Amino acid sequence: MSGLIALVEPILFILAAPLLAGWTKMVKCRLQNRKAPSLLQPYRELAKLLRKQPVVAEQASWLFEAAPYIVFASAVLAAAVVPFFAVHLPTASIADVIALAGFLALGRFFLVLAGMDVGTAFGGMGSSREVTIASLSEPAMLMAIFALAMSANTTNLASAIDYVLDTGVAIRPSFVFALAGMVLVAVAETGRVPVDNPATHLELTMIHEAMVLEYSGKYLALIEWAGEIRLMLYGVLIANIFFPWGIAEDLSLASLGSGLAAILLKLFGLGALLAAAETVFAKMRLFRVQEFLGFAYLLSLLGMLSHIILEIGQ
Amino acid sequence: MSLFLAYLSVQCALLSGALALFSEHRMILERAANRLAPLAGLKEWPARSERLFAAPVYPRLLQKGVFGLLALSGLAALIGGISALLGQGVTVDQLPFGLPWLHWHVRLDALSGFFLLIIGLGVIAASLYGPGYVREYRQTEHPLWLLGLCTGLFVAGMELVLLADDAFFFVIAWELMSVSSYFLVAFQHERAANRRAAFLYLLMAEIGAIAIILGFGVLAGFAHSYSFDVFRYTHLTAGWGTAAFLLALMGFGMKAGLVPLHAWLPEAHPVAPSHISALMSGVMLKVAIYGLMRFGFDLLGDVQWQWGVAVLILGTASAVLGVLYAFQQNEIKRLLAYSSIENIGIIAMGLGLSMIFLGTGHGELGVIGLLAALYHSLNHSVFKNLLFLTAGSVLHQTHEHDLEHLGGLVKRMPKTAVLALIGCLAISALPPFNGFVSEWLTFQAALQSSSLESGILRSVIPVTAAVLAFTGAMAAATFAKFYGIGFLGLPRGRHAARAREAAHPGMLAGPALLAGLCVLLGVLPTPIIRMLEPVSQLLLGQTLPSASGEGWIWLTPGSRTVASYSALLVVLGLGLAWWTARYLIGRLAVAEVRRSRPWDCGFGGLSPRTQYTSTAFSQPIRRIFAPIWAVRETIRTGGAEALENTPVHYALEVEDRSWYGLYAPAARGVEALARRVALIQTGSVRLYIAYSFFTLLLLLGVVSG
Repeated sequence: MSGLIALVEPILFILAAPLLAGWTKMVKCRLQNRKAPSLLQPYRELAKLLRKQPVVAEQASWLFEAAPYIVFASAVLAAAVVPFFAVHLPTASIADVIALAGFLALGRFFLVLAGMDVGTAFGGMGSSREVTIASLSEPAMLMAIFALAMSANTTNLASAIDYVLDTGVAIRPSFVFALAGMVLVAVAETGRVPVDNPATHLELTMIHEAMVLEYSGKYLALIEWAGEIRLMLYGVLIANIFFPWGIAEDLSLASLGSGLAAILLKLFGLGALLAAAETVFAKMRLFRVQEFLGFAYLLSLLGMLSHIILEIGQ
Repeated sequence: MSLFLAYLSVQCALLSGALALFSEHRMILERAANRLAPLAGLKEWPARSERLFAAPVYPRLLQKGVFGLLALSGLAALIGGISALLGQGVTVDQLPFGLPWLHWHVRLDALSGFFLLIIGLGVIAASLYGPGYVREYRQTEHPLWLLGLCTGLFVAGMELVLLADDAFFFVIAWELMSVSSYFLVAFQHERAANRRAAFLYLLMAEIGAIAIILGFGVLAGFAHSYSFDVFRYTHLTAGWGTAAFLLALMGFGMKAGLVPLHAWLPEAHPVAPSHISALMSGVMLKVAIYGLMRFGFDLLGDVQWQWGVAVLILGTASAVLGVLYAFQQNEIKRLLAYSSIENIGIIAMGLGLSMIFLGTGHGELGVIGLLAALYHSLNHSVFKNLLFLTAGSVLHQTHEHDLEHLGGLVKRMPKTAVLALIGCLAISALPPFNGFVSEWLTFQAALQSSSLESGILRSVIPVTAAVLAFTGAMAAATFAKFYGIGFLGLPRGRHAARAREAAHPGMLAGPALLAGLCVLLGVLPTPIIRMLEPVSQLLLGQTLPSASGEGWIWLTPGSRTVASYSALLVVLGLGLAWWTARYLIGRLAVAEVRRSRPWDCGFGGLSPRTQYTSTAFSQPIRRIFAPIWAVRETIRTGGAEALENTPVHYALEVEDRSWYGLYAPAARGVEALARRVALIQTGSVRLYIAYSFFTLLLLLGVVSG
């Protein structure tokens, strides 16, 4: 039974990922007084891309065509090890949260290489900016997670969620700081405003889009889908680590159903918040990003220090 | 058995060096063979002899012999090391060399066995790779006999360091290793920069050796003996123990390239022939780590947690500065040398954590740190050897060592490119490769700090873990640049555009062996970590039964609820996801791919010159962390008229701060001191005799008084 659910869970995760992107876009349009596309628009776009003939640059090597599959596979694997609507699944122990960061880094590494493979200035520019931002956001993310891992004495996601569930609703200063740091990191890592703008194709400001500029057809579909999985992954991480209440703790159908409903509700809430933030803030200059991520790092550090100073031994 | 193999390995290395000598002295070998052959009963010898010693055959045959013996030495070291690890016993021996009252003591235990294994792997790969690489030296004036001789002595020296069991023998072996590698660094001595690098290398090696000798001196002062066995049972006072440890840390740390004494390393390692660079960066640095472990854990004993803090801080600084400097390099082998500093830093972090836990009475947590350090030593030796060898192939085929002139090699040298990609993935600590496992273990050790009593340690250690996270991300950035600029894109120079795959099969076989190991060590970490248990049993007196407690596919340093990682299932999961995606895309999407020119914004005329350069790629980080480097950027325009179309020259120099902050002032200080001392050197013999006389009087006074 648990094996079956462990197989179904990532599939549901992957299928639901474009929905979150669609929802965020919809809320954003409403907030900006525009007419919103349908919730299913991301699915339609993926279907459209799959039907289009891919065009690949003449000088591209095998790596260019292999990279989208690796990016997608690593995102799927990351989705498989994160508890989505049920905690105790056998897949959760394959990799802990450090390995999860490793999977995301693996996908990014290949995307960065693919950006440089064609040999255009855009690709190199996007890759350079991507590694810059990643090298600043990764330590901030791990720091936020370490603050939590030290409280729960585990880097295993399922055990950490168990710990939070056991301690009940309590406002811990370390969690508040870590949550704030994590949210900032999630914005940077998923390429949203104010760090990057997924909707832009303005040459001088784009980061992620510059890297994948040469992709089209099925390859672009895989990369877009992987990006949507990443967005959802950060949403699920924030929702399940910091607000795990409602997640299915056993494998009865009733609790699984309510777990699924709970996580979807939380994700819709987070998506709406993201849309609101993207409406309120403007995209910042590239060389302001380090201050943004430095702040995220500082918040996470404060989280950990407050755990050590205030919480240990109480 | 294992000791016999170790001896065999040393002898093969020495023989290989001795055989290389005969490349200049064909006559001696020929005469000796002609005299010996009838005694051995070989028939038709004269005819054979003529064939063997004919002009075109002889050098090739001799080279085969030299590298064959070296490979045999590596193989013997590998098997000997494994059997010493698995045999779990300690073998001791005495050799009838050395001082009359102090014969050379020899000892092979799990720790030296493990490092013998590392040497064996590196030497096998280098000896597969070497024959193809040195071929071009035959056309130039470089004496191959010197290269062969010094390589043999160098390998033998490293192995003898591991086998030594008394301070005298240790220092002799250490010097053999240092001095023979000096000649290897100075091998291409026609360039002034190489001579300078070699001199700096020798100077730093000797300063380090003095610190090591003084460290042994402190121990010997208490033990009244030079044998390591006596050192082990000697208890030092806390102050003297710390003094001895700090001396050893300085000596071994200098050799290992710990910040701030690292500046010689990126000068010296890249200028040696590539297979030697691989041995120096991948293997010799580990011998220095071995020395530190042997000295700190085994000989001194009673590890203080303060030592651990010193090692941890030095390690963290080395890791982060090493990788930041590596990211700014444009020369491929220099970039790799700086990345060695980073990896040595990570190893030192594991060691420091282990010392902290051990010194505060949490031995079982110390084991995690020690295993992380040992496993990263093995992993780094594998992937750094691999990267140096592939970089050597690039250098050999293109004669370019500047990233700005490379590119497009993934098409011109496809096999080398795949091997280099595996090395880049492994060194960037990406799952499921081996670098990830050891960094993951280091993280796990650091996260156990909440069980420490001291609040300061509890908060400092996780910060070092976050620095390690930054290091990992920067390493990925560095090797994305290394690979993306060097192998992908369009060729940036005519040599790169005409590059071909290396002709000699060994130049692919050596790296391929290491690439296979990168995957194997990444996918099956648990059985290999179990193999390391005798080392932690030897040094810390305990092992980590829980690491493999859940079966061989799970790696669980604490317990399963604390942290678990299964590389095999990760590979299966990745494979499954990949295959499913491929299958579904194959069914659903348009299969046919159209090839076309890339998007050029409608301007046309994309050329290799419009690509992003290596300097540009690292610019954002250079700007964000500007104070780390001494950056000199000059832009020179040709004409005075603003609108005139004149050439613009851009020059960028990124220099190591430790050079101006530490090395240059030290050199100035030595010079000033030398000038003072020179005052008493007047050149008058009478005055010198007077100096001797008064010194003698003074000494007599001291001795009698």
